[in-house]
Amino acid sequence: QQEGLDDGPDFLSEEDRGPRAVSVDLQTDATLQVDISDALSERDKVKFTVHTKSTLPNFKQSEFSVVRQHEEFIWLHDSFVENEDYAGYIIPPAPPRPDFDASREKLQKLGEGEGSMTKEEFTKMKQELEAEYLAIFKKTVAMHEVFLCRVAAHPILRKDLNFHVFLEYNQDLSVRGKNKKEKLEDFFKNVVKSADGVLVAGVKDVDDFFEHEKTFLLEYHNRVKDASAKSDRMIRSHKNAADDINRMASSLYALGTLDSTDLCKFFLKVSELFEKTRKIEARVAADEDLKLADLLKYYLRESQAAKDLLYRRSRALLDYENANKALDKARAKNRDVLQADTSQQLCCRKFDKISESAKQELIDFKTRRVAAFRKNLVELAELELKHAKVGTLSVTLSVSLLMTSSSPPPLLSLSCRGTCSCCRVVWVS
Amino acid sequence: MASGTSRNPPPFPTNDETGEGLSNLADGDSDEGEDIFVSNSMSPGVCQPVRGGELPAGDASSHTSAQSNGVHSDEDNDLFSDAQLSTDKSGSSSQKELSSSSSSRPISSFSPRPAAMPTTSLEQLEEEEDKDTFDVDVAVTNPEKVGDGMNAYVAYRVSTRTSLPMFKNRTFSVRRRFSDFLGLYEKLSVKQSLHGCIIPLPPEKSVVGMTKVKVGMDDPSSVEFVERRRAALERYLQRVVAHPLLIQDPDVREFLEKEDLPRASNTQALSGAGFLKMINKASEAVNKMTIKMNESDTWFEDKLQEVENEEQQLRKLHAVVDSLVNHRKELCGNTAVFAKSMAMLGNSEDNTALSRALSQLAEVEDKMEQLHQEQASSDFFIFAEVLADYIRLLGAVRGCFDQRMRAWQRWQEAQSSLQKKREVEAKLLWANKPDKLQQAKEEITEWEAKVTQYERDFDRIGMTVRKEVLRFEKEKTKDLKTQIIKYLESMLQSQQRLIKFWEAFLPEAKAIA
Repeated sequence: QQEGLDDGPDFLSEEDRGPRAVSVDLQTDATLQVDISDALSERDKVKFTVHTKSTLPNFKQSEFSVVRQHEEFIWLHDSFVENEDYAGYIIPPAPPRPDFDASREKLQKLGEGEGSMTKEEFTKMKQELEAEYLAIFKKTVAMHEVFLCRVAAHPILRKDLNFHVFLEYNQDLSVRGKNKKEKLEDFFKNVVKSADGVLVAGVKDVDDFFEHEKTFLLEYHNRVKDASAKSDRMIRSHKNAADDINRMASSLYALGTLDSTDLCKFFLKVSELFEKTRKIEARVAADEDLKLADLLKYYLRESQAAKDLLYRRSRALLDYENANKALDKARAKNRDVLQADTSQQLCCRKFDKISESAKQELIDFKTRRVAAFRKNLVELAELELKHAKVGTLSVTLSVSLLMTSSSPPPLLSLSCRGTCSCCRVVWVS
Repeated sequence: MASGTSRNPPPFPTNDETGEGLSNLADGDSDEGEDIFVSNSMSPGVCQPVRGGELPAGDASSHTSAQSNGVHSDEDNDLFSDAQLSTDKSGSSSQKELSSSSSSRPISSFSPRPAAMPTTSLEQLEEEEDKDTFDVDVAVTNPEKVGDGMNAYVAYRVSTRTSLPMFKNRTFSVRRRFSDFLGLYEKLSVKQSLHGCIIPLPPEKSVVGMTKVKVGMDDPSSVEFVERRRAALERYLQRVVAHPLLIQDPDVREFLEKEDLPRASNTQALSGAGFLKMINKASEAVNKMTIKMNESDTWFEDKLQEVENEEQQLRKLHAVVDSLVNHRKELCGNTAVFAKSMAMLGNSEDNTALSRALSQLAEVEDKMEQLHQEQASSDFFIFAEVLADYIRLLGAVRGCFDQRMRAWQRWQEAQSSLQKKREVEAKLLWANKPDKLQQAKEEITEWEAKVTQYERDFDRIGMTVRKEVLRFEKEKTKDLKTQIIKYLESMLQSQQRLIKFWEAFLPEAKAIA
């Protein structure tokens, strides 16, 4: 059974744990296990139940749950980013905001258009939109969960105090979203960062490893971005085609119910087949979305986080070099030497620290990436095969059923005609 | 003769028919098992000139089945010629020389066979069926641009293969242009003798499409346009020759055979949505009729309603299939773009195994693009176009019903004219004007004749319409079933190819380390 797309409201049944590990290959160990055991969608917010199991002494209990909202995840992420001590790590990318707007709009439009379609059509479309809503919901849960799992798996970040508070504090964290001023500040910070990034990128690195990584990541990030956008578009077309097949099934059904002639019975059978076909097509599109599009999206964010790490390191390098220059100047002028010296040493230590952890982080990133791609590509291929086989079976069964109940022409000449359509007029010389 | 006919349902007509009737044995249209006219098919009122030969045709049946694009006439319960079976047991009925069968029959060269035989030979024949068994097979091929600039046009080769004696040769071909096809339709549609018949419709004119072609035939949209038109013209002709009456028509024969056809003028009226406009105008006229017809049996009303409902639903279905074609084309384009993007990503990836797998994925997506392209084409040519054909044909069916109404109208009007003339006569009698009286009497006779004629016309058209509708429905059922099954088979092929692609990819994905 596939990711429970058209199943009932049990959002997180066992098998649905699938999407969670979509993008990342993580080792879970008993000392700290985090997951999202439940989620509730309310009006315009989603409430996640974060469930922790831990043997660490830091926590009061060994197992507990709290309810968190998206803003609190963002707060946690930002606290990592702003923490100087974590400058040398790839900060796990923040989960994207749950976005049900499109889906909600569609449901609303459907409600408005209820009068213009038959009851069957309406029920059908409503079911589909609900399934779509459910799929988006599951995705957002998965992405929030991945974020937490990444943090929990990271040897340093898992010890973060804010993280523990996030996991344990069972009251509202009162984390307000950023107000306008703060958002504006953020905006400027990003502008500065990108400008800086260009500057910093120009700085040639002595270390080959990092030089190579820089070039690699820049190009990789851009290409993943491109691939991600294109995969989205492709999957959208696929979904549209599946929708059309759905409408074809309805239309054939309407034709079939006009009368009870031979042809009408035929139409009804074909309608059934198209129902099956479109379910399969919809699942193919959904699986492509999950295994391919989501994978690419995730690595878009991760590669950005890796780039950020490199940026921080380059920044630290620049600071170090500047501190060196300042020290030389101070020594030359013989003024504030001690100050310059301490400053330089600080910069040096900071740079070294970042470099050391960055190297490991980038290697881990590669390992994770390769593993995630492997897992997803294999699963994608297996699912595609499975769907294609089911599809083939359905169509074959239906075709043979339709042909036996049909009056002549019999099987043989039909397939003969089928091939003859390609060789236009063979018989006329 | 009669002795050996224990199996044949209809009794043989007398000998005097064999001579002439056999030469017109073209139509294998003795398919109406439930034909209500079997008993009175001899009636002269039925506007089918060869009906006299119909019954013997039951056993000399030649089938006008067409080829791949699936307009099939009825082959179901036709019994094959006994003579045929005896002369050619191998089942290849390519030598369906009617003259030989006619000659063998009077000699009674055949011996009565057990009832089981015909069915097995039927199956045999159908199994070995290829185009040789069809009576008239037409194809439209080789579109070629003739001339230059805005006066250019596309000429198609119309090839016919037939065993009917009324044609000069057995295989022949001519070159025709689009307006010739339209001209043929126009000639047929105005014939009184064909009133009530469902005359197949040629494809519609398209100024936009043709202009593109005139400019140059090389770009994909022009190629598609020409192919679409060629296929539509072929289906049109196949339907025409499958029609038992139309194949007899001299205009049709001329169209298929004659080297040079005079250029058809007057095809302006048939431009754009011309056909349906024509039909709808006629419907309006009927609706404006003040006197409502009192139907003795509701068959006509009910049938018309059915036709209208079906037309409406087919339109909806067609719109959806159209949408599917467009989305698939879109999917095709997006897949191609994605494949390239994936290839680029594969290039940047520095893990070699993953890089190779990503390139493989890009190739798979490329193949999918082609698959989508072919599927979209199949959606269109096999499914959508046939639906469009039937939507228009159902419109033509409605047209027939309208023709019947108009015939009724004419009859009623004649009756009321007659009534008026009689009143005039009465008045004149009373006023005692002998010379005018004579004239009045003449007029009355004239109108009486007209009334009788129109009544007969009306009855005839009614019977034709009923017959035609039944024939049409059978044809439609068969056609749609065949096309849909063909469509499903193409879907099946797609799925099977998909399996191959992904099976090839899976080991590559697993090889990532």
